[in-house]
Amino acid sequence: MADVTHEIAERIPINLVVNGVRRTLDLVPWTTLLDALRDHLALTGTKKGCDHGQCGACTVLVDGRRVNSCLTLAIMKDGAEITTVEGLASDGTLHPLQQAFIDHDAFQCGYCTSGQICSAAGLLAEGRAADADEIRELMSGNLCRCGAYPNIVAAIQQAMGRP
Amino acid sequence: MNAYVGTPTSRVDGRAKVTGTAKYAGEFPADGLVHGFVVEATIPCGRIARLDTSAALNVNGVLDVLTHANRPPLADNDEAWKDEVAPEKGSPFRPLYDDTIKFNGQPIALVVAEDWETAKFAATLVRVEYEPSGFATDLEGERGSAAETDEPPKPRGDAAAALARAAVRHEADYVIPTEHHNPMELFATTAVWDGGGKLTVYDKTQGVQNVHKFLCGVFDKKPSDIRVISPYVGGAFGSGLRPQHQVVLATLAALALKRSVRVVLTRQQMYGLGYRPMTIERVGLGAKSDGTLEAVTHEAIAVTSRYEDFARNDTGWAEQLYSSPNSRFSHKLVHLDVSTPCDMRAPGAASGVCALECAMDELAVALKIDPIDLRLNCYSDRDQSENLPYTSKQLRECYARGAEAFGWSRRNPAPRSMHDGNELVGWGMATGVWEALQMPVAVRIVLTSNGHAEVSCAASDIGTGTYTIVAQVAADALGLPIENISVRLADSTLPQAPVEGGSWMAASSAHAVLAAAEDVRKELLSLAGKMPGSPLADAELADTVLIDGSIARAADNSRAVSIADAMRHGNIERIAKEKVNQFDEDKKHARNTHSAVFAEVKIDEQLGVIRVTRIVSAVAAGRILNTKTGRSQIMGGVVWGIGMALHEETVMDHRFGRIMNANIAEYHIPVNADVHDIDVIFVDEPDAHINKLGVKGLGEIGIVGVPAAIANAVYHATGKRIRRFPITLDKLLG
Repeated sequence: MADVTHEIAERIPINLVVNGVRRTLDLVPWTTLLDALRDHLALTGTKKGCDHGQCGACTVLVDGRRVNSCLTLAIMKDGAEITTVEGLASDGTLHPLQQAFIDHDAFQCGYCTSGQICSAAGLLAEGRAADADEIRELMSGNLCRCGAYPNIVAAIQQAMGRP
Repeated sequence: MNAYVGTPTSRVDGRAKVTGTAKYAGEFPADGLVHGFVVEATIPCGRIARLDTSAALNVNGVLDVLTHANRPPLADNDEAWKDEVAPEKGSPFRPLYDDTIKFNGQPIALVVAEDWETAKFAATLVRVEYEPSGFATDLEGERGSAAETDEPPKPRGDAAAALARAAVRHEADYVIPTEHHNPMELFATTAVWDGGGKLTVYDKTQGVQNVHKFLCGVFDKKPSDIRVISPYVGGAFGSGLRPQHQVVLATLAALALKRSVRVVLTRQQMYGLGYRPMTIERVGLGAKSDGTLEAVTHEAIAVTSRYEDFARNDTGWAEQLYSSPNSRFSHKLVHLDVSTPCDMRAPGAASGVCALECAMDELAVALKIDPIDLRLNCYSDRDQSENLPYTSKQLRECYARGAEAFGWSRRNPAPRSMHDGNELVGWGMATGVWEALQMPVAVRIVLTSNGHAEVSCAASDIGTGTYTIVAQVAADALGLPIENISVRLADSTLPQAPVEGGSWMAASSAHAVLAAAEDVRKELLSLAGKMPGSPLADAELADTVLIDGSIARAADNSRAVSIADAMRHGNIERIAKEKVNQFDEDKKHARNTHSAVFAEVKIDEQLGVIRVTRIVSAVAAGRILNTKTGRSQIMGGVVWGIGMALHEETVMDHRFGRIMNANIAEYHIPVNADVHDIDVIFVDEPDAHINKLGVKGLGEIGIVGVPAAIANAVYHATGKRIRRFPITLDKLLG
């Protein structure tokens, strides 16, 4: 092994539209969308909690659908529209989910919160959850170690405008 | 006066957290930042015979591979490595110190590269040859070597004899597995090279000043050479009390390379940090046939490492809860080839009270009395270990309020008697108890003439809500709207604070704010009193308050001088005061928080699936500073209790001394679908003794008692008593 020199793979240019802004990046092919956002675009609102798709802290919206950005290679999403937690508020006004999370104290340490909110935004767009049980089930890919789950469900219900 | 204290004020750091602008340790930028990736040992015991880093060093972008053989100097004495919460006995682990392997997963090298992916890849090329030694990692297999390392508490009476002759007796082992904290944030440090050997260290920690002192000792630095900052902590639950491997490694690399270095542990690597130690809890209860206790014995056998004696109070809690003329407690350790355990939410109590409260339920069944009645029969108004009354103890009220909210009176006591469709329904209850501690904390208040105040302290907010309660208490004490208060925390250069843990930070920080605010008021009075025609001339400090941006007479708030006018008259722009909290010494009272927890489970017996459908937790914890964040604290503790009862277990393969489920897919924690109705009740508990505000703290009490309440509910549903946690479906079906 000792005499082998490992060259790092060639960088590949890709385009992403992140929170409405077109960004061009030169990335080695194994760069995940999560690392592209955090390390290359300094958008650290999206969190890394496991890097294995087990916790959901890295959830972002890709073309409106929620995905685990740690399980997504950035080059696979060339040309896609990415929305991160930084892109949800507009002109200083919080997204209804962001406000609902504050109102219902749906977080403590805040580390899973970006993923929870992006996941909830994806859930709302899916239109699949009609009641609290369905919200619980469909939000179970987003772990919260502080145990704020009942408040997360209440916050999503507020944003959905449903009890 | 109390516009904010006691109200459901939303978190003042909420906006930063929901917009993604709150920055955590691994997210601070630095010019020329490089990345370290940890290489870990794959054997539990032995030494490194050969460590070949040449292939890793040949990877383009790799800057260095640090090992015990080439590292910069590290302190050579235990005192330097002992942080403020290190066990008294033992020799703390020193990363990359020498060729000794003390536990599987021990860091043995750090690959530093221009980017993280390169460092991670190169780390796979480091070749290690070991000289392995014999090892043991199985607590139950090594139970025979268990020994007391500290003097046990003085026994009362003759518990063994009383137990032997008791009319009704219950004695059993309860097994609590090793559990890992798994905070959502990965352990991370960004060590920023400031030049000239100086560093700013952004670290995931529960105590910046603890880390600061530790780093200065380990790296032989002057206090002014290192600054530790940790404004947001993505959960820790005890795992961030002691300085962890990554802060040593990042600092070491930054000093070696004279560059800024970030080290982030992977989720898998975090299983090489501390954990809740596995314990075998042996509880014996002897009762008269009238349902009063005659004897309590509790022996805990807990795992610790070969190099440190980590022990917490698992066994003494019956002394606070239940009146018994005879008692004996013992805590024994088994030294194994594993890393040292550490505090994890309600350390000691979460495990020990779980066993005690399961045993109480079993005793109630044997006595054929209601489990609440058993607890009321032996309700103790005194802490028997010290024979002291409590500053306050509204546990009776917890039982009453909790039972009422839960509907306990409708419980059919017979196991397997309650159903919901195909599911068996079980109702169980348990008691919780924790300490109400307070520590020296200093706060600095800088009040400016425009009526804004900055309140600062080195304390951390690990998600507990410290930012918010400090702002609330300051707003009330200074008579200002909360929007005018800015809180700075978790910077080692700020006024002193211990680690955030043990539920002591709420009371400690709140009273430091009060103390500093009083000094601010004193200075304002001195300025205002000297003004011509002052309505406060001759006013005593005790007769004044700060209210609505003014200093006023307490008896007549209209006789006031605005902060702006007082400062203008004194020709100053700001008043800065720093003060340490002061608590009256009180050796005449015991200080505890209490809870009564009620759990409902529904069990599909054919599948063994257990759902916790309802929890009611009635808590007596003095004054609640913030009913919104306080409720969240208890709710979070309850969710932890659900995990402890049904999910959490770190599984070790003892043939290899290696953890098999070092990830959060196979180490199960509760997910959203596991958590249903949680009703938190704060019982009114005025406390005139404990401190001025009557605050006791909430971080730990929420989990205590929950696992037992659920286990007791599982028994009630199924008639099966599972004493080995977690209660998984295989145990139920078996």
